[in-house]
Amino acid sequence: MSETITPIGKSVHRRTLGWVLLEFLGSMNLAITLLVVVAVSSIIGTVLQQNQPYPNYVIKFGPFWFEVFNRLGLYDVYGAGWFIAILAFLILSTSVCIYRQAPGKLREMLRFRTRIRADSLRGFHQCVEWRLPERDLKAVLTEVTGAFHAFGYRWRVQNYSDHQVAAAMKGRYNRLGYLFTHAAVVIIGIGGLLDGNLWLKLKEWRGEIALETRDLAARDIPPISRLAPGAVSAFRGNVMLPEGSAANFVFLRLRDGFLLQELPFAIELRDFQVEYHATGQPKSFTSQVRIHDQDHLGDTPLEATIQVNHPLVYRGYAIYQSDFGDGGSKLELRAWPLTTARADPVETQGEIGSVLKVAGPTGAIRLELDDFRLFNLLPEPGAQPGDRKFRNFGPSVGFKLRDAAGEAHEYLNYMTPVQLEGRWFFISGARAQPGAEFMYLHIPVDANNSPERFLRFNARLHDADGLRTVLARSAPSVEGQSPDFQRDLDQVRLNLVGLFAQGGFAAVTQKAQAVVPADRLKEATGLYLNILRDTLAEVFLDVLREEGVKLEQGVGEREDAFFNDALSALAALPAYGSPFYLQLTRFQQVEASGLQVTHSNATGMVYTGFAFLVIGIFIMFYTSYRRLWAWLALEDNGVRLILAGAAHRHSAEFTGEFNALQADLIRRLGSPEAVVEITVPPPDTAEAVALQPFIRDTERSTSNGSHS
Amino acid sequence: MAVTREAMLERPWEHSSPWLRLAFWDGLWALLIAVGSGYAYWLYQPYMDGYEVAIQIGSTLALITWGLYWKPARRFVLTVALLTVVALWRYGADYELRKSAFLLKYLLESQAAFMWMSTLYVLATATYFVALFSRSEFIGKTATALTWSATVMGLTGLLVRWRESYLLGTDIGHIPVSNLYEVFILFALITALLYLFYEDRHRTRAMGGFALLAISGAVAFLLWYTFDRQAHHIQPLIPALQSYWMKIHVPANFIGYGAFALAAMLGVAYLLRSGAEAHRPQGLLARTLPPLDLLDDVMYKAIALGFAAFTIATILGALWAAEAWGGYWSWDPKETWALIVWLNYAAWLHLRLTKGWRGTPMAWWAVIGLFVTLFAFLGVNMFLSGLHSYGTL
Ligand code: HEM
Repeated sequence: MSETITPIGKSVHRRTLGWVLLEFLGSMNLAITLLVVVAVSSIIGTVLQQNQPYPNYVIKFGPFWFEVFNRLGLYDVYGAGWFIAILAFLILSTSVCIYRQAPGKLREMLRFRTRIRADSLRGFHQCVEWRLPERDLKAVLTEVTGAFHAFGYRWRVQNYSDHQVAAAMKGRYNRLGYLFTHAAVVIIGIGGLLDGNLWLKLKEWRGEIALETRDLAARDIPPISRLAPGAVSAFRGNVMLPEGSAANFVFLRLRDGFLLQELPFAIELRDFQVEYHATGQPKSFTSQVRIHDQDHLGDTPLEATIQVNHPLVYRGYAIYQSDFGDGGSKLELRAWPLTTARADPVETQGEIGSVLKVAGPTGAIRLELDDFRLFNLLPEPGAQPGDRKFRNFGPSVGFKLRDAAGEAHEYLNYMTPVQLEGRWFFISGARAQPGAEFMYLHIPVDANNSPERFLRFNARLHDADGLRTVLARSAPSVEGQSPDFQRDLDQVRLNLVGLFAQGGFAAVTQKAQAVVPADRLKEATGLYLNILRDTLAEVFLDVLREEGVKLEQGVGEREDAFFNDALSALAALPAYGSPFYLQLTRFQQVEASGLQVTHSNATGMVYTGFAFLVIGIFIMFYTSYRRLWAWLALEDNGVRLILAGAAHRHSAEFTGEFNALQADLIRRLGSPEAVVEITVPPPDTAEAVALQPFIRDTERSTSNGSHS
Repeated sequence: MAVTREAMLERPWEHSSPWLRLAFWDGLWALLIAVGSGYAYWLYQPYMDGYEVAIQIGSTLALITWGLYWKPARRFVLTVALLTVVALWRYGADYELRKSAFLLKYLLESQAAFMWMSTLYVLATATYFVALFSRSEFIGKTATALTWSATVMGLTGLLVRWRESYLLGTDIGHIPVSNLYEVFILFALITALLYLFYEDRHRTRAMGGFALLAISGAVAFLLWYTFDRQAHHIQPLIPALQSYWMKIHVPANFIGYGAFALAAMLGVAYLLRSGAEAHRPQGLLARTLPPLDLLDDVMYKAIALGFAAFTIATILGALWAAEAWGGYWSWDPKETWALIVWLNYAAWLHLRLTKGWRGTPMAWWAVIGLFVTLFAFLGVNMFLSGLHSYGTL
């Protein structure tokens, strides 16, 4: 558009560097480009999860791309220098735009444009012309302004040597809409930047602070990673408080490390509670806290309740309920050996967060008690994803077993048996990789509601002597076979059990592959498995006998099912990776509440921006700026009157208004001489035409010129 | 498009101030709504806190203004109110009646109402297209009536569902805008109302089929979501959503989404028509599809309205976030996508208003804008994780 509006009669601006820069920054093309660029680059942070622990990214992208993305700041895009620079650029561009537009808009709002030539008016889309013989100029002017008044316009009359102009306008506050909206963008943008990580980045860049990346207790964190109260004006930090403890700091997580932000008061967590709906979904999270602040509260601490959606604001610090976890629940545990000939369990105690040393078959292992949960609301096993059926699986303990080399297996054991397909099991999930799917071990429950029978059964398989006795007792007496054959068969049975205990059914079939020619493999494997099953059944019967189960009537249905389930569990044991099964027997829950503490300085500024934005947008969209001109001159003993008008937007509505005004004047003055043909311009051109008066007007040079 | 001067001059000029023309019926309308709202307050006051009372007062004023500004809204609101009252009366305090009481089971129980709504919207879509090609005034009127009825059933269903959630348990009760299932219904309703408004103001039904196509799409999703995913069960609110902010933030958002969807469908009509005009100027499409300048105009109006509503919604979201998550802006995926949608339409408006872009490129942009919007409203929940644990598929 700008080509058409180089003002006539004025020298073209000298293209100094500053002017070019201003022109560039304030240009509409740049503005639109920036809007789109910000939109597109914002997408990155929504598809790539932000601020995850760095090892997760390494696993995901591999070392090379990890480094590339790291350099680009993609793990914290919205804090990355280049992203902030784009935002700053948008703010700058909008400011320049306002700087260049505001005077024009204000002038349009405040000043009546009386310097206008009759010919320009005749070029307007809305224009009528009267020749009124025998009329008094003053009387005509009175009629015209009377009509302006009737239509709600304000006007100003200017006398020139040979003519008069009455310039009128309506809806002038529409011009404020632009100022409000765009000022809002600048205000919100600056406020947002101030509340962001800008200060931290600055301090980091100047070397005043450094991220801590080690896993340290709060008191061990060195001063370089600590921020005193007020060191930065805005922050957002977290702290996990066990019930009964207090803290006067929060952690600020940043990239691959964290900082400790000290608070000018201490928060004590007295109690944390989760309430549940009958269906098991959480209903509320509530922290009862106490604020200790000698300087401001003296010896009487402030009691408060914090809930999701109901933060506590204290001295400009807002404290939110944001997370919860375990605060060191006390557990009683029973470890059942899985790889030895004796199944007698070991009782032990521990606290969540602590580490127990246990002796394993190949050296000491660390038992890290990670997490305790009272409720586990999980999808009903076997349900379709859409079924939305959930079941509470009861309390669970999550722990890790770490060997001397630092390799860890992770476990999740449920305390109470779970019913699956009509039978009951103790369930233990295991995984060798963090983030991998848990593999579940299902230990069938015995008649005493305990895993004991299964574990005794399992122990038998590791007891070679005991196995021999059982085998001898139960040897199938095959007619006409030599004792040697019998001995060989027993050895085969022992070997099979051994293989099975070491590697499950897979080990047995592998063994068959190794020793049997291919053409007889299938047959032989079948035979092996049959023998194995018979043997295990003998052992199982012996376990039952030892328990005192009466077997005269044969094995009951329940025992039979138990045997099958036990076989499945035994087959899964070699991959389970733990030398014992850890049973949770009692617990005393201690909860912890995750609190988020934030401090912000620019909230008021940003909210003011919000208000401006809403006000501005509504003014811009839903009011319209309209102008009318009446040009009057004496002519041949009468008066020539030109009436013209233009609207900035809503041109269809304005056309209607203009016509009504014209009708009103016809009533007052009589028919006009010439009417520029009244057409309802198609909306396509309506606004472009409506803009003309603003563009053609020679009074100011920059009108609409900046966005080209 | 030339109109004779005489015709223009004879056209009565309506004064722009709405306050001058308030008449008896307007007063009655305002009174009726105020009394109805007062009664609802008296009934449900125990469930409301101060903010919610303020929201109720605000909604009452908004409802009155709506009816003053746009007369057809009155009949609509009163019909919905009547049906809802009947349903609540029939329910009493027994949620199980939904399975046995005839009136509830086949008409007013929320699930039944939604089925009616779905059916009627799909019928209306087809009817609008038939009306467009047959140029039958009668069929057109039928299409409008179907759309109104569908919208009545949908809003009634939502209101009844609101009550049903309380019948399930007072600690479960909440306004039905809390998950993807419920907001899809809201989306259909708002889009329909926006369309009906423009239909009335521009005195043309030509755009109906296109507008309703978006709604039928939402209905298709809703049916799949109901029957395949069983998403229609009323669920208790997670703690993060237990806030009065939800009552204003979500509806404001959906005015935006609805308006953008409408604009996009008009964009589709625009592209079809301009394509048809270019290739077969005398063809059926070029002659029957809605005229380009109308589409362009309504498209702009819808986007302007959507932009205003979406601005408010995003600001409300920021205020809510400041109260629930500890900051007005967290660059959470849902927030970020709201910003993306907003910037996108800001760019659209600038191009149109300051650079004077019109026609095909803007229509394309409006259509693409819908995909951006759709991602913000569906895709984020489906594919991205964040603080808005608002509903997954
Ligand atoms: C995030 C940044 C921005 C936003 C959200 C924004 C928003 C808006 C909106 C909503 C409108 C109203 C359109 C209408 O009147 O219907 C508008 C108009 C306008 N914008 Fe922006 N804007 C931004 C940046 C800029 C920049 C950088 C410039 C300068 C080049 C600019 C120049 C204008 C102009 C000249 C108008 C027309 C005002 C009038 O005469 O009515 N905007 N803007």
